[in-house]
Amino acid sequence: MAQSEQEILDGLAEIVNEETGIDTASVEMDKSFTEDLDIDSLSMMTIVVNAEEKFGVRIPDSEVKNLKTVRDAVTFISGAQA
Amino acid sequence: MTSIRDRRVVVTGLGATTPVGGTVPETWEAILAGRSGARTMDFDWVSKYELPVTFAALIDTQPIDVLAKVETRRLDPSSQYALIAAREAWADAGAPEIDPERLGAAIGSGIGGVWTLLDQWDVLKEKGPRRVYPLAVPMLMPNGPAAAVSLDLGARAGAHTTVSACASGAESMGYAIDMIRTGRADIVVAGGTEAAVHPLPIAGFAAMQALSTRNDDPAAASRPYDTGRDGFVLGEGAAVIVLESEEHAKARGARIYAELASVGMSADAHHITAPEPNGSGASRAMLFAVERADLAPTDILHINAHATSTPVGDVAEYNAIKRAFGDHTENMSVTATKSMTGHLLGAAGALEAVITILSVHHRLVPATINLDDQDPEIPLNVVKGEHQKLPDGDIAALNNSFGFGGHNVALAVRSY
Repeated sequence: MAQSEQEILDGLAEIVNEETGIDTASVEMDKSFTEDLDIDSLSMMTIVVNAEEKFGVRIPDSEVKNLKTVRDAVTFISGAQA
Repeated sequence: MTSIRDRRVVVTGLGATTPVGGTVPETWEAILAGRSGARTMDFDWVSKYELPVTFAALIDTQPIDVLAKVETRRLDPSSQYALIAAREAWADAGAPEIDPERLGAAIGSGIGGVWTLLDQWDVLKEKGPRRVYPLAVPMLMPNGPAAAVSLDLGARAGAHTTVSACASGAESMGYAIDMIRTGRADIVVAGGTEAAVHPLPIAGFAAMQALSTRNDDPAAASRPYDTGRDGFVLGEGAAVIVLESEEHAKARGARIYAELASVGMSADAHHITAPEPNGSGASRAMLFAVERADLAPTDILHINAHATSTPVGDVAEYNAIKRAFGDHTENMSVTATKSMTGHLLGAAGALEAVITILSVHHRLVPATINLDDQDPEIPLNVVKGEHQKLPDGDIAALNNSFGFGGHNVALAVRSY
C-alpha cells in the first residue's frame, strides 16, 4: 500500500531517531544525511535496512549513495511503493 | 635502591554497576548489609530451553535507566555496563583535566559481546544477511567495551582489553599500572565488564557442573567455604577504577582512596579449567604482588578472595593462601563477597578490587554471607556475621582472581 510523502517522512524520522538519537523534528526534507544530520555510513546502512522493513521496499546498495537528502529517500521509497 | 614503586599508582575514582546496586555507594551499602543479588530469572528463554539453572545475579539497574536510548541500541550490554561504570568512576575522580594523549583505558571482559553475537546469528538464520545489524561486529568484539570507554572519555594513550576469563578485570589493573609506571599515561581508566546472563553460557557452565543448582533458594546459593556449596552463581555488571600516578593526583589535589601498589601474575599450566590442587601457581602470584608492593607477607591483614563457591576452587585457593602465607594465614581476615554479588566473570576482579580498595579506605571488611557450616578443609579466618574493623596505621590487603586457563592475578592494595 502506497503511503503519503508525509507518512514516509514521519516513519523515516522515527527510524533516524531510534538509530542515532537525532530529534525527529530535525529530520526535514531538505536536510542532508551526512552534512546536516551528521549520519555516518554505518548508521545510514542501518537506516536503509530498517526503512526497507518498515516500508516494504527494496533499496539496492547501489542506490544508497544517491540518497543524499531526506527528500531523496522519501521520493525513492514513495516511487518504490507505487 | 630504586623500587618499582618509585612511580606510585593511586586510586582516585570508583564506578560500578552490579547485581546489588547501580553505583559504587549503593553496591558498598548492600554488601555491608549482607544483601544477595541473586534472584530467579523471569525470562521466557529459561523454560524454553529447559535450563537446569533458573536464577542468576542480575544487574540491579537497567542501562536504559542510565544511558541514552541510542547508546543502548548501538552498544552490546557488556559495553553499556562498562560505560556506566566508567562515567561514574570518572565523575568520582573529579573529571580531571588531562591531555587526552596521557589518558588510557584498559577494560577486560571474559566472554565479550555474547548477546550481540548470538542475536545476530539468529537474525542471519531467520532473516538473511541483509538484516544483520551493520554494527554487529563492533558490538560483539571483545575490545568493544574498552573502545566505548576510550571514545567516551577521549582516552588516546591507548585502549586495551585484557582477556583471561575470570581474571580479566584484575588483569586490566595490572596493565594499567604498567602503563603508568612505564610513563605511557598519567591516568588509566581500568576495569572489567560482563553481560553473559544468556542461555548459552548458562547451559555451558551448567554442563560442566560449575553452577549452583539451588533453584529453590537463589539468595542462599552462593556460599563460599560452606560445606553445602555446590557451584557459583552467574552474575553480570561492570566495575571501573581511575588509576593515576601519585604525582599527577597530588598536583591536582585529588582525593586518594588507596594505593594500588602492585599486581602479581602467574599461570598454572596445569589444566584448562581445574585449579592446581596444591595452589603453587596462585601462591606465586600472591607472593609476587606482596614483594612488588615492598611488603612482607606478614603485612597483609586482609584478603578479598576469589572464592566462587565451587567445591574444588575454594579449597585450592585456601591451599594457595596457606602455601604463600604459612602460619600468618590465620591472622588475615578473609572475605568472599561473591556470596552476595555472584560471580561477574570478567568483571569480578575489578568489582572485588573496588571492594578491597573501599575495605582498606574505610578499614572495614564486609562479611561473607551464607556461611553456616565452614568446610573443615578451609580453616581460614573468614569474616562472617558482622563486618570487621581493620586497624589504624599503614595497612595492606590482597585481592585474588583466577580464571579458566590457569590465569592467576593478585592485586596488592596499601592504605594511603
